[in-house]
Amino acid sequence: MSEDVKTFLDRLAERNAARGPEPTWIAARRQAGAARFEAMGFPHRRVEAWKYTDVRAIARGDFALAGDAEFSPASAAALTLPIEAHRLTFVDGVFAPALSRLDELPGGVALMPLSAALEENHEAVGGPLGRLTGVEFSAFAALNTAFMEEGAVLRLAPGTVVEKPIVLQFLSRSGEQAVMSHPRILIQMAGRSEATVIEHHVGEEGAANFTNLVEEIILERGAILTHYKLQEASLQDLHVASLHVEQARDSRYTSFNLNLGGGLVRNDLVAELNGQGAEANLYGLFYGQGRQHVDNHTLVNHNAPRTYSNENYKGILDDRAHGVFNGKVMVKRDSQQIEGYQSNANLLLSDRAEIDTKPELEIYADDVKCSHGSTTGQLDEEAVFALRTRGIDEQTARGLLTLAFAGEVMEQVDLDAVAERVELAVAGKLPERFHLAGLVEAAVALNEE
Amino acid sequence: MASQEMEQLVRREYKEGFVTDIESDTVPPGLDESTIAFISNKKGEPEWMLEWRLKAYHQWLKMTPPSWAHLDYPPIDYQAISYYSAPKRDEDKPQSLDEVDPKLLETYEKLGIPLHERAALAGVAVDAVFDSVSVTTTFKEKLHEAGVIFCAISEAIRDYPELVRQYLGSVVPQGDNYFAALNSAVFTDGSFVFVPEGVTCPMELSTYFRINAANTGQFERTLIVCESRAQVSYLEGCTAPQRDENQLHAAVVELVALEDAYIKYSTVQNWYPGDEDGKGGIYNFVTKRGDCRGDRSRISWTQVETGSAITWKYPSCVLRGKDSIGEFYSVAVTNGRQQADTGTKMIHIGEGTRSYIVSKGISAGRSNQSYRGLVKVGPRAKGARNFTQCDSLLIGDQCGAHTFPYQEIGNSTATVEHEATTSKIGEDQLFYCQSRGISEEDAVSMIVNGFCKDVFQELPMEFAVEAEALLNVTLEGAVG
Repeated sequence: MSEDVKTFLDRLAERNAARGPEPTWIAARRQAGAARFEAMGFPHRRVEAWKYTDVRAIARGDFALAGDAEFSPASAAALTLPIEAHRLTFVDGVFAPALSRLDELPGGVALMPLSAALEENHEAVGGPLGRLTGVEFSAFAALNTAFMEEGAVLRLAPGTVVEKPIVLQFLSRSGEQAVMSHPRILIQMAGRSEATVIEHHVGEEGAANFTNLVEEIILERGAILTHYKLQEASLQDLHVASLHVEQARDSRYTSFNLNLGGGLVRNDLVAELNGQGAEANLYGLFYGQGRQHVDNHTLVNHNAPRTYSNENYKGILDDRAHGVFNGKVMVKRDSQQIEGYQSNANLLLSDRAEIDTKPELEIYADDVKCSHGSTTGQLDEEAVFALRTRGIDEQTARGLLTLAFAGEVMEQVDLDAVAERVELAVAGKLPERFHLAGLVEAAVALNEE
Repeated sequence: MASQEMEQLVRREYKEGFVTDIESDTVPPGLDESTIAFISNKKGEPEWMLEWRLKAYHQWLKMTPPSWAHLDYPPIDYQAISYYSAPKRDEDKPQSLDEVDPKLLETYEKLGIPLHERAALAGVAVDAVFDSVSVTTTFKEKLHEAGVIFCAISEAIRDYPELVRQYLGSVVPQGDNYFAALNSAVFTDGSFVFVPEGVTCPMELSTYFRINAANTGQFERTLIVCESRAQVSYLEGCTAPQRDENQLHAAVVELVALEDAYIKYSTVQNWYPGDEDGKGGIYNFVTKRGDCRGDRSRISWTQVETGSAITWKYPSCVLRGKDSIGEFYSVAVTNGRQQADTGTKMIHIGEGTRSYIVSKGISAGRSNQSYRGLVKVGPRAKGARNFTQCDSLLIGDQCGAHTFPYQEIGNSTATVEHEATTSKIGEDQLFYCQSRGISEEDAVSMIVNGFCKDVFQELPMEFAVEAEALLNVTLEGAVG
């Protein structure tokens, strides 16, 4: 056993000793997760799926487990998205009731922390938990399973439409001792139910914690889920997420993977289109600066005929940021009449920024319409010039064009509060000269012309 | 195919091959240092060449076969292969076209191969058919006048050792990959081309003109060097179906282009693809790489891949020189149970380098085909430019088409574009043609040829015509 693995397993042993008795199935899965993690170890770069991402920053770290969920209400409020929403908040993985809002839940909606769901009826959780993202998926999924104890559970009864968005907020604290958390998110949406879930990762400046998330989403016939993942954690935070979506007939999953923060971020998103008419829309935007490393892996499995997928990921990389995109569309034998589109465009703003992209198609049926495109480039100098001839200074012109580049994804966002927040974040994240105020003025001036 | 069957195949071929004359012309199956020494000795090579081969062999021993390709084949027993057999003597060959398999002749007819070439292609003892010697001599004189060296690689090692020593392995080093290492250790044949400064080679060079000099070998090694401002167009292979007793082929091709040089390398590969169940087809593991060493140099790969049971091939360009250009045009057709994993690598190192990739894949029957490509832009490659277009056409619902394009971009002034589509022949396209009295088969052929046009345009004239015919022959029976 390597030292890295041992550090984590020692932490696990400590935790297990401190933990009270739990249902046997949980203990068994915990054990399976630990065994699998020990066997696999942390992935190295010779493994194809980790070719461009070095996880040594995680493997060599020594992370404790947080003991409480204390967080100043004022600073939490400043970080929280300013929208009317049902909300579950976790601080370093620990549920924070004081920062959550579960009072006005409509009928047919069950929203609770995982610990509460286990207490209420652990057998109802045991079935779906780990069915989509098993310990075999990756060393990180196995590690999560070994440690799992908290997270969010959302269940919708048939036909339930939740008007207000549901926010799952993950706050990361800065402190002497870096901590890790292994949250699970489990979403089960029964037939024709509809919801919007906003997963928000944010925290204190300088926080350098490790979040290892596993998410499982089950959409039954005709269910519609819009899923935002807004990553705004500090530039030292480490984040690995494994997300599986299982889609039955005529269900629709729309994902907005908006990545602005985090020092090392790796997202694995797998959509299983299992029923005819199922549709997955995957939109992504990643902005990297400093030495940020952002890796997005997506896989769409067209397991049934007449399924539809559309993917558009945009990357903007500045300074020494490193972006990775690996998108795969897989069409199984006999999955006829499917459509699968994939696009990845990247903008490099600095000479030391790097992007590694691999849009893959694997197709075993002939009556399909599949395409993918990938581009990498810089701002169009002619467009900059065109704006300048209209009296806009160069910096503002570049800012406008960068925002316009992100716009292709952002215009799909129909939740204004999030769109504004992201646009502000993107503009704010751009070098100072691209102040949003200036841009708005410039846009107004353009309109008046 | 089970590995024993594969073994049997390899053995059987050996048995039916050259067993008659074992002492002088053949080594028994197996690979060790003595085999390599035997080959080197047989070829009359200097000491350094043997050392070079042995170095490759020792590296090969430490390597494992690549497993990342989207291919499925049983492990190859490298000790069951015979690594040297002398060329067939004329008296062992068919003496006239009458002795040749009529099916083969039928295919030549369909491909429109000129009559006098058919005999040579079918392996008929050349002197018995037509006076190729004089043809070859005329070519040789012309080339000599221009100062171009074009000969077998073994001849070159003997006659131009300093040139070979300077360039051999400088693009594909011995330990580059598993198959390249194997090739470096045991290669027995191939071509050497040297075009001196400022010379434009007066004709297109083709292995065909060397056909009487030696058989195309199992482990071919080709080295083409163009000095400053030199140009050459090289044709490899031919459209005619080629049968070969050896199942495993591992060739290495190295191209070196110095300042302002231009090398155009065209391949038509039509090795035996195996029977309907994919048995007995050729395994083709090829390493091809061009080095644009000089400023403004240009290397262009064009390939039409229709044969072999397994194709593993990635003709690449290392764009070192400032403003150098790399091009890759490919049509790959798979039918039956063929598997192809092919593509290219464009490594942009120098400033202002450009690359252009057009790949057209057609899968039919129960075949599987993958495009695998890498575009890498280094930090010094200011203003580098790449465009990649890769399209797949699926015929039938039992085949597969896959795309694995890697892009590694570390320069903000680079512009890289990749586009790929996968589709089948549109019902409406077929209907349109048929409503105008064109038969379904002709319509499919028209559409497929149209799909490949961008690549065929890059082929030298005579190849282009044959390639179209070849496509139709390969896809015969795939439709309807």
